[in-house]
Amino acid sequence: MNNNGLEGLVIKVCVGTGGLAAGSQEVIDEFNKTLAARKVRAAVRKKCVSKTGCRGFCAKDVLVDVVRNGKSFTYQLVSPDKVSRIVDEHIISGNPVEEWLVGPDYHTFHSKQTKILLQQCGQIDPEDIRSYIDIGGYKAAKKALSLDPFEVIEEVRASGLRGRGGAGFLTGLKWEFCKMSGGTPKYIICNADEGDPGAFMDRSIIEGNPHSVIEGMIIGAHAIGAEKGYIYIRAEYPLAVDRLRTALSQARAKKFLGKKIFNSRMNFDIEIKLGAGAFVCGESTALMRSIEGKRGTPRPTPPRSVNKGLWGRPTALNNVETLANIPIIMNRGAGWFASIGTKKNTGTKLFALTGKVKNTGLIEVPMGISLKEIIYDIGGGMEDKNRRFKAVQTGGPSGGCIPASYLNMPVDYESLVNIGSMMGSGGMVVMDDTTCMVEMARFFLTFTENESCGKCVPCRVGTKRMLEVLTRITEGRGKEGDIDLLTELGTDIRLSSLCGLGQSAPNPVLSTINFFREEYEAHIKDGICPARACKSLRRYAVDAELCRMCGKCFRVCPSGAVVWEKKQKAVIDKEKCIKCGACYDACPFGSIL
Amino acid sequence: MIEKKCREILDRYHREKGNIISILQDMQESFGYIREDAVNWFSEQLNIPASNFYGVATFYAQFYLKPRGKNIITGCCGTACHVKGSAPIINSLREHLAIPEGGDTSRDGKVTIESVACVGACSIAPVFIVNKKVFGKMTLDRVPEMIKEIS
Repeated sequence: MNNNGLEGLVIKVCVGTGGLAAGSQEVIDEFNKTLAARKVRAAVRKKCVSKTGCRGFCAKDVLVDVVRNGKSFTYQLVSPDKVSRIVDEHIISGNPVEEWLVGPDYHTFHSKQTKILLQQCGQIDPEDIRSYIDIGGYKAAKKALSLDPFEVIEEVRASGLRGRGGAGFLTGLKWEFCKMSGGTPKYIICNADEGDPGAFMDRSIIEGNPHSVIEGMIIGAHAIGAEKGYIYIRAEYPLAVDRLRTALSQARAKKFLGKKIFNSRMNFDIEIKLGAGAFVCGESTALMRSIEGKRGTPRPTPPRSVNKGLWGRPTALNNVETLANIPIIMNRGAGWFASIGTKKNTGTKLFALTGKVKNTGLIEVPMGISLKEIIYDIGGGMEDKNRRFKAVQTGGPSGGCIPASYLNMPVDYESLVNIGSMMGSGGMVVMDDTTCMVEMARFFLTFTENESCGKCVPCRVGTKRMLEVLTRITEGRGKEGDIDLLTELGTDIRLSSLCGLGQSAPNPVLSTINFFREEYEAHIKDGICPARACKSLRRYAVDAELCRMCGKCFRVCPSGAVVWEKKQKAVIDKEKCIKCGACYDACPFGSIL
Repeated sequence: MIEKKCREILDRYHREKGNIISILQDMQESFGYIREDAVNWFSEQLNIPASNFYGVATFYAQFYLKPRGKNIITGCCGTACHVKGSAPIINSLREHLAIPEGGDTSRDGKVTIESVACVGACSIAPVFIVNKKVFGKMTLDRVPEMIKEIS
């Protein structure tokens, strides 16, 4: 066959958790099979189907890039049965299959983003170190090792990079404290215990570009003077753990890790520690105790970890995203990095945009962008056009809900804290008017109450009491004064808890009371859930005008509360009704109120 | 037989301090849960009180003190999955598989249903994992698909 246009043929398939769940492995197998059958493989004589990390637009997975004749086309929602047509029409004949290419929403999704970390994620094969080296990988580490540690620290400090784990402490400053601290050995730890429900930035970076994190750790180790590093990662991320293991052994083989790395005098190696499922271990002192093999309970600070951390030694703890930024800063310079974002909030931030928004996925935006641009331009607005935007929740169980009136607010560390939320690690869950804010607060409290380690009283007992109050409100048993009680309890827990978990646990409750007080009042005083989400507050009845006498509600009712006979309109017996909502879901005509 | 497996685990970790969590993780991988006799064996070998092992095992959500089902279904109850309705799907699964009230494993030991805080695949919420296979954008109608995975 004619080889024309097939030089440099590349087919890139996304193999993040999102892609694999959508069937990307099957797509890869099908491409290989079809290419072999059509003898394309023999013609190009090389492995042309490659894997890449997450491109962020997981809602349209499996995403496949076909690069032919130097031109790149992206297909969305690819399944194995679509492969043969793509091979025949596009790869062999050179006519892309227009109707399967990504649509305009793919482009609007990307147009407002600034992809720095994620650009590499979509480019390279995460299971092959050569692919990272080809785009300049490990150059930054080599360069850093030729510099004095203080020069490295100064560069990172000048870039203005702040910890991406949530609190936003200056990374350069943390390293300086650790460097200056007496005592050896020193340790550097990568916190990959991404426990916030609703966040997956760190998982995507490790799955897509594990070497960038390793390189960041090597540079950090040189800066603070550490010979040993740990990556503390959740056991719930099996794919990320596998990719890390592969990456570490490849880096060792290249002598980027081990004794005398990069032919310098420096020794440095990294060990993986699997988290065992405790949210509190995202807190620095608890995480270190967990690495030591103990129960992951926090301790009072000071002394800070930079002075007395792991095994009582000076330790720098950095988040995955923070570390992935380090090689970029070393390569492109602090000035370049500081020019992105705003003065006090430099660089980009990854967010996991999820919930009731049209385009869900992983996004990377410059700091200081407005919420509106994220939700409406990148996210494409509400998933269901008929629904109204109600709130966006940032910072996971430690953060708060932000209402529509703040949509023009810039997204940076300070602005978010000022309105009672926080950056957290970057989860962003969009809610529409079918989400009940009291129920949402209860959901988060259930989580923190369950994850409270029990060491300090305000958090252990306080979150339990708050949860009891919230539960009775959502069940229609709320009392006068409950809102004040929640506010008081919340404020006390915030002020008196030992660690960040307890100090921030009341945030979802306090912020929803602040912005959606009327919803709490409707539950307590009128016994109504305005979002119709709290089942116990629903009163089911049949609208006789709309009822078509089909009897579907009668058949699904588990408690015999629906009275119906053929050619008769249904009636619900309120005494027998258990408010399960089965009739409401079953009615095709919307006649159940 | 237990001893042979335990010794394999011990050989891996033996030299370094602070490996209780790793030992427990490997123990669970080998035996399916944290066995009392295995804990006692390690306690003796390492001269660490068994209570230390149990202190750690009961602290972390990952460890199970009772045997689990042959198949594991994990339902994600993270924020995004919660908003998109994972709870009714879990209830439906429990009903289909006749999981007894208050428990998480079927009476024949064939399947365990567990819920986790977040598996980090929020963009394809609600997410379920059946024996390591990920099911995204799950709906009530597709519950039988997951049940088919269980052998």
